[in-house]
Amino acid sequence: MSETEILRLLECVHDPEIPALSIEDLGVLRSARVTDNAVEVVITPTYSGCPAMDVIEADIVECLNSNGFRDVLVTTRLAPAWTTEWLTEKGREILKKSGIAPPSRCGNADFSVNKIIECPMCDSKSVELLSQFGTTACKALYRCQKCLEPFDYFKCH
Amino acid sequence: MNKHFQYVLRMGDNALILGQRMSEWCGHSPFLEEDIAMANCALDHVGRARMLLTHAGTLEDKGRTEDDLAFLRDEREFFNFLICELPIGDYAFTLMRQYLLDAYHFHLYSRLQKSSDSVLAAIAAKAIKETTYHVRRSGDWVVKLGDGSDESHRRMQDALEEVWGYTGELFAVDEVDDYASRKEIGPDPEALRLDWERDVFDKLRTATLSIPDEVWPISGGRKGVHTEAMGGLLAEMQFLQRSHPGLNW
Repeated sequence: MSETEILRLLECVHDPEIPALSIEDLGVLRSARVTDNAVEVVITPTYSGCPAMDVIEADIVECLNSNGFRDVLVTTRLAPAWTTEWLTEKGREILKKSGIAPPSRCGNADFSVNKIIECPMCDSKSVELLSQFGTTACKALYRCQKCLEPFDYFKCH
Repeated sequence: MNKHFQYVLRMGDNALILGQRMSEWCGHSPFLEEDIAMANCALDHVGRARMLLTHAGTLEDKGRTEDDLAFLRDEREFFNFLICELPIGDYAFTLMRQYLLDAYHFHLYSRLQKSSDSVLAAIAAKAIKETTYHVRRSGDWVVKLGDGSDESHRRMQDALEEVWGYTGELFAVDEVDDYASRKEIGPDPEALRLDWERDVFDKLRTATLSIPDEVWPISGGRKGVHTEAMGGLLAEMQFLQRSHPGLNW
């Protein structure tokens, strides 16, 4: 089985905290390799302490086990560090449809750059920060000044 | 003792003990958004501790895992800065400690990205992104509360006076730091201190707080000599593994 086929199987593994998003769309899934009868899957954690990583690892093993691979090795690779730039286009659309504003394209956490954040509900750019940390470490809480809806913003990382 | 191991272990202990302290606010912070923010930041520190302690275990090469190092060492075998273990106090104290350490971590992890230890450099590249958010948040609070009401100003000034004597330890140099900077594993503590002081003095002035006079420096954590608060913290943190050795999820 090729890497592409393994990656296709892994499309069913989703982020437990944003269930609409697959780990591929999130950019966590880096590569897969088949050796004899074993599979090695490489993932890169989003945040150092992200509790979703353990679940994701278990889900990868379970997914591949149920597809006949008994020996599955999940390797965590730290460098290069995960960045929100690795979110796929599809991932960004899914986030928006789930009511989460996708990260602005800044490539890092540089605050000197003025970021444009759009309300995922009405696309207004007139938004205000409520809290720098939202429902999970990777999000901040904003409110739209036009439609007045509060929403999560997926922070640049 | 292997100095490289010791250097990474100290850093792991700082992250673990600080993260454990911060997590005490979970469910008790002044309001919901702040509760979430504090818990999220605590999680970043605990996550970092996991990576650092795992790496320390590898460097030591005696088969100790992150869990062995976190849960099966006694007080005298922990080498964190004393400032990390101090009780949470009121929210002013918590935020002041947080800011002073966030500013320290910002400069530390910025430099560690260039460490000759590639694992440490990778951990730093991850940590710096998180710390950039941490220091912005805690710095904003220091200014808002320092330059806030009479009461918030007084509390922030009291917190600063209380914690200031513990900051000298952040830049102390012994044979481990010497070894680390010689091997380019870690930064030169003196350069780190200058950057930290510049940022911190600037922020405290903006917050209308007065920088305390020279105080008696309090240290000991890096030699394994701790404050009274450390025992209680470890008892709570280690309880489960001590009572049920090898327990797993």
